Amino acid sequence: MIHSLFLINASGDIFLEKHWKSAVSRSVCDYFFEAQERASEAENVPPVIPTPHHCLLSVYRHKIFFVAVIQSEVPPLFVIEFLHRVVDTFQDYFGVCSEVMIKDNVVVVYEVLEEMLDNGFPLATESNILKELIKPPTILRTVVNTITGSTNVGDQLPTGQLSVVPWRRTGVKYTNNEAYFDVIEEIDAIIDKSGSTITAEIQGVIDACVKLTGMPDLTLSFMNPRLLDDVSFHPCVRFKRWESERILSFIPPDGNFRLLSYHVSAQNLVAIPVYVKHNISFRDSSSLGRFEITVGPKQTMGKTIEGVMVTSQMPKGVLNMSLTPSQGTHIFDPVTKLLSWDVGKINPQKLPSLKGSMNLQAGTSKPDENPTINLQFKIQQLAISGLKVNRLDMYGEKYKPFKGIKYMTKAGKFQVRT
Amino acid sequence: MTDSKYFTTTKKGEIFELKAELNSDKKEKKKEAVKKVIASMTVGKDVSALFPDVVNCMQTDNLELKKLVYLYLMNYAKSQPDMAIMAVNTFVKDCEDPNPLIRALAVRTMGCIRVDKITEYLCEPLRKCLKDEDPYVRKTAAVCVAKLHDINAQLVEDQGFLDTLKDLISDSNPMVVANAVAALSEIAESHPSSNLLDLNPQSINKLLTALNECTEWGQIFILDCLANYMPKDDREAQSICERVTPRLSHANSAVVLSAVKVLMKFMEMLSKDLDYYGTLLKKLAPPLVTLLSAEPELQYVALRNINLIVQKRPEILKHEMKVFFVKYNDPIYVKLEKLDIMIRLASQANIAQVLAELKEYATEVDVDFVRKAVRAIGRCAIKVEQSAERCVSTLLDLIQTKVNYVVQEAIVVIKDIFRKYPNKYESVIATLCENLDSLDEPEARAAMIWIVGEYAERIDNADELLESFLEGFHDESTQVQLQLLTAIVKLFLKKPTETQELVQQVLSLATQDSDNPDLRDRGYIYWRLLSTDPVAAKEVVLAEKPLISEETDLIEPTLLDELICYIGTLASVYHKPPSAFVEGSRGVVHKSLPPRTGSSESAESPEAAPSAGQAAEQPAVIPAQGDLLGDLLNLDLGPPVSGPPLAASSVQMGAVDLLGGGLDSLLRSDVGGSPAMGGGGGFAAPGPAVPASMGAPLGSGLGDLFDLTGGVGTLSGSYVAPKSVWLPAMKAKGLEISGTFSRQVGSISMDLVLTNKALQVMSDFAIQFNRNSFGLAPAAPLQVHAPLAPNQSVEISLPLNTVGSVMKMDPLNNLQVAVKNNIDVFYFSTLYPLHILFVEDGKMERQMFLATWKDIPNENEAQFQIKDCSLSADAVSSKLQGSNIFTIAKRNVEGQDMLYQSLKLTNGIWVLAELRIQPNNPTFTLSLKCRAPEVSQHVYQAYDTILKN
Repeated sequence: MIHSLFLINASGDIFLEKHWKSAVSRSVCDYFFEAQERASEAENVPPVIPTPHHCLLSVYRHKIFFVAVIQSEVPPLFVIEFLHRVVDTFQDYFGVCSEVMIKDNVVVVYEVLEEMLDNGFPLATESNILKELIKPPTILRTVVNTITGSTNVGDQLPTGQLSVVPWRRTGVKYTNNEAYFDVIEEIDAIIDKSGSTITAEIQGVIDACVKLTGMPDLTLSFMNPRLLDDVSFHPCVRFKRWESERILSFIPPDGNFRLLSYHVSAQNLVAIPVYVKHNISFRDSSSLGRFEITVGPKQTMGKTIEGVMVTSQMPKGVLNMSLTPSQGTHIFDPVTKLLSWDVGKINPQKLPSLKGSMNLQAGTSKPDENPTINLQFKIQQLAISGLKVNRLDMYGEKYKPFKGIKYMTKAGKFQVRT
Repeated sequence: MTDSKYFTTTKKGEIFELKAELNSDKKEKKKEAVKKVIASMTVGKDVSALFPDVVNCMQTDNLELKKLVYLYLMNYAKSQPDMAIMAVNTFVKDCEDPNPLIRALAVRTMGCIRVDKITEYLCEPLRKCLKDEDPYVRKTAAVCVAKLHDINAQLVEDQGFLDTLKDLISDSNPMVVANAVAALSEIAESHPSSNLLDLNPQSINKLLTALNECTEWGQIFILDCLANYMPKDDREAQSICERVTPRLSHANSAVVLSAVKVLMKFMEMLSKDLDYYGTLLKKLAPPLVTLLSAEPELQYVALRNINLIVQKRPEILKHEMKVFFVKYNDPIYVKLEKLDIMIRLASQANIAQVLAELKEYATEVDVDFVRKAVRAIGRCAIKVEQSAERCVSTLLDLIQTKVNYVVQEAIVVIKDIFRKYPNKYESVIATLCENLDSLDEPEARAAMIWIVGEYAERIDNADELLESFLEGFHDESTQVQLQLLTAIVKLFLKKPTETQELVQQVLSLATQDSDNPDLRDRGYIYWRLLSTDPVAAKEVVLAEKPLISEETDLIEPTLLDELICYIGTLASVYHKPPSAFVEGSRGVVHKSLPPRTGSSESAESPEAAPSAGQAAEQPAVIPAQGDLLGDLLNLDLGPPVSGPPLAASSVQMGAVDLLGGGLDSLLRSDVGGSPAMGGGGGFAAPGPAVPASMGAPLGSGLGDLFDLTGGVGTLSGSYVAPKSVWLPAMKAKGLEISGTFSRQVGSISMDLVLTNKALQVMSDFAIQFNRNSFGLAPAAPLQVHAPLAPNQSVEISLPLNTVGSVMKMDPLNNLQVAVKNNIDVFYFSTLYPLHILFVEDGKMERQMFLATWKDIPNENEAQFQIKDCSLSADAVSSKLQGSNIFTIAKRNVEGQDMLYQSLKLTNGIWVLAELRIQPNNPTFTLSLKCRAPEVSQHVYQAYDTILKN
């Protein structure tokens, strides 16, 4: 199981170590540093690094490497999932997960890590249980604790730990009972030069914020459940019921949680909401290149596309760019060669465009590769897959909750090749 | 107010200050102090000096303070074992606390203190906690058993905790079940033989019930445990699959992959005609695809596993090619894996799309990725014949980009395409030749030279091209040199008139100016071939080459089957079985896929995979010799030829004449090395050749004055070592082989005991040896008259002769053996004692002895010490004579006995010995002289064994 955890910052300092079994010497991280040196960028450090006596598994989040040390044959996904859980927990506890924050709260961090694993076996990883065991630090609580001498470690056995619904604590009470569901879809796509789709898929999630008194039992049904053929559920969802009736039936955790994530695969036809017209050309002889892109809406079901942001990594040979946008602001960083254009909203009557010229390094041949354009955007009140919630019902409690559903489509990894 | 303040004090009296604070009366101050201590500890400062003060804070009802002290204890108890004892009482008391959280915390912490004295006190509280009424305490205690086992395994067994743990598998609480399973799995890992997780249908049912209710982590443990179960029939397999399938929709990717493992394994038992089989296949694809939308680290692990799944069951993901398309901001490790899978999934149906993608990738920035993409295009061409033309034109386009490394990669793969489709795409050679100057990597240069040599007749200026390479001959890498040599010889054979000068130049460069033995040998062979028989040379050098295989770097099928059993584990990421990397793997149990019920094919063996691999490698002990023919045919470049892997798999398929065909080709993939070597004459590697100057063997009948001991002992035969286990049952699916070698009245035999430790009857035994240093070979087939029932042994004496083919082994007395039975073929190697090769007529005449002794140069003399031997000179010589070491003369020089002895090996090598024995000194000095000094060491070992037994 998981032996030890080292937290390493971008400059290669180990700033926290935690051992759940006998201590493993820090020097084991040397193998990691070697790999880090070999990788050009932090993102490229391989997640599995074998060493003579151990194996190092790492994730890179928030500019911190979380490096787990294991000694025996352990499922690597188990370790990586656990590390993600650690990151999520930190974020949940401290708002941000950063080196400074972790150092500022080192004792809480240590206590939390101790609760999360026992001898390398996961113990309590649900955020609601952890928070009952060790209360997250808040300014108010710190002040109160100093005055009253009370602690931020709970002395009650967390009730959820043993119940059949470990994700929900008992005795929840609210004056305003509300349940909100956000259907968020991210569209990943690769569009080729000519504008046709090479691959497009949708990663959707339904995030919920449920603040309901007691033990509510909810059912959520869809207009078109057929779309959901590849789904991952929160443990609270009754799978049998879904299999037979295509209805989500569950006792929700208290607070924020991800009810479901789904995947609409490349085989279904995915609507592409935007298009990019581009004309980027380098000429062999001249040191000037032409650059022109226009962004426009495609299949948006009448909704506005907003938050549009275009970024592109220009070839090394580009020295500078002189461009004029029809709207928004643009920056070209001559060092990293990164062009970013913050477009904002797309007005279908007046399509935003960015035109101008590129200065190329004189005397060199034209760059081999054309830049790929990366697109970000948001469309409110639309789930691009067409998924629609039919109704939400509550059983088990008497009161009438307030219900709300929101839809949103975002660009995930949306790339246009030129 | 943050914890960072704890780091700020670096004053000298810090420890002193903390000490004072720890002993303060104020609770709040105490707690702050402990926090400071913990903070210092986490950053690696040594605060162990505060041990007694911190432990004093332990007796408190403040839970946070208690926990902090526990944290400290776990860290430092090991360095202060005596002090740690002070904490025991509090632990024992806490284990009785009414609050289950405290009870659990105490038992949990105690288990983490790795001090023997403390563990003794742990047993009683642990026993109570394992039966605690509160499941939270029970589940914590279950893990504690695993901790304790890690510290003191014997104690855990003696105290019967393992049985209690097994009982917990039937606990009413799913979390307790999951933890018990996890703890047992971890313990079982260090005790592969014990049947800790002995699963039966009842316990499987319990696990499946718990599976639905426990936490995500518990599900992983239970699924991994289920994967080790062997259902009794396909009905049971199907019902387990049905209950595991819902786990594929879990949000935790580790749960998903563990479920995939169970399904992939049990699917093996289901009949392909079953409707359910098809349904299951369909259900497997979406979760695998979903894994690819997760974080890059998860993607990487998933991709490594998908790589295996795609090789085992390509049908699952055949329609999902697009999800493997690379995004430009994927991390490089994800990109490379995706590319690998794309090639595996490439088929006629999707090749157009794949090619377009690959071409796109070939213009990216990352050099490694671009290279792999270019290679991938070549592999597509080889895999999908219809696409070859398109691939070639794509490659040509890429060559036009003139990007240096792209061009070089392209040329390397085009060479492979030429090999696969001879006489089809030679029109592109002209384009290739244009880029000759830009090639700076050895592999690309070698590939280009190969192309020029192979198609010399079509390239007008081939001689000029090759000549230009020849200028810097000595600066080239070996690969290029060898290639250049061969290419010029080919050119000469094709256009003998104009290139005579060139060929002489290259031959002299290779043979006279080079230090590389490979190059020199190859040069000599060509030289002799060309000078003795140019027609034969043409036949050899320009022979038709075998086609290259379609799929490169496929995982060997039996290894693949084993790896499928390890889906989701590290083994699946490394693509190696755990035995290859797990630290101190105490005989890791190999897993195998269950056999398909109802079909007669026997279980495929995961076991033979590694050993077959070894066997395939072993003939190459002396590569220069073994590869000669390969060299001549010029196959040492590019992807592996399909030969050896095919042979390996044919062994697995259970074909009838295993040993005749498959094994032979496996063990002798270098056949033909010897004739070539013979032709080469003097420059062959020195083998244990017969020293020609030695006289004819002399009969022992010739009387000699100094022949002291007559024929004593000859009848009793030479010393026979006790039998030892050569092939453990674990490595050979239950067949255990132990044995020894003996020599009696001139005949050598291998005395074997075959024991069947499996549950099925074994029959159809056969044996074969690999070539070895002295040509040992079975003189008769292995005779096992009746089939071997389970738990039965049979003793066999297998007569051996020494007329088999010879190959020098390292060590010299190494013997590689293949044994076949109805189940599989197994390989092992053993060392035979050299004295079984000492022949009966090894007695040399006195004059001859003297002359020979002088004749052998002194460098060949080796001296050894035989220690702790208290025999008298006479006893020594009679004992040695029993093993055919003959004493020729005995002298007494200054109180020391000098024995002069001779012996002869089966292949005619004489070994002369001088043994010096000093009275009252148990250490003898042995000097050996022999024309083949490599045997001396082994002769000495034979002396040592004979004299000491």
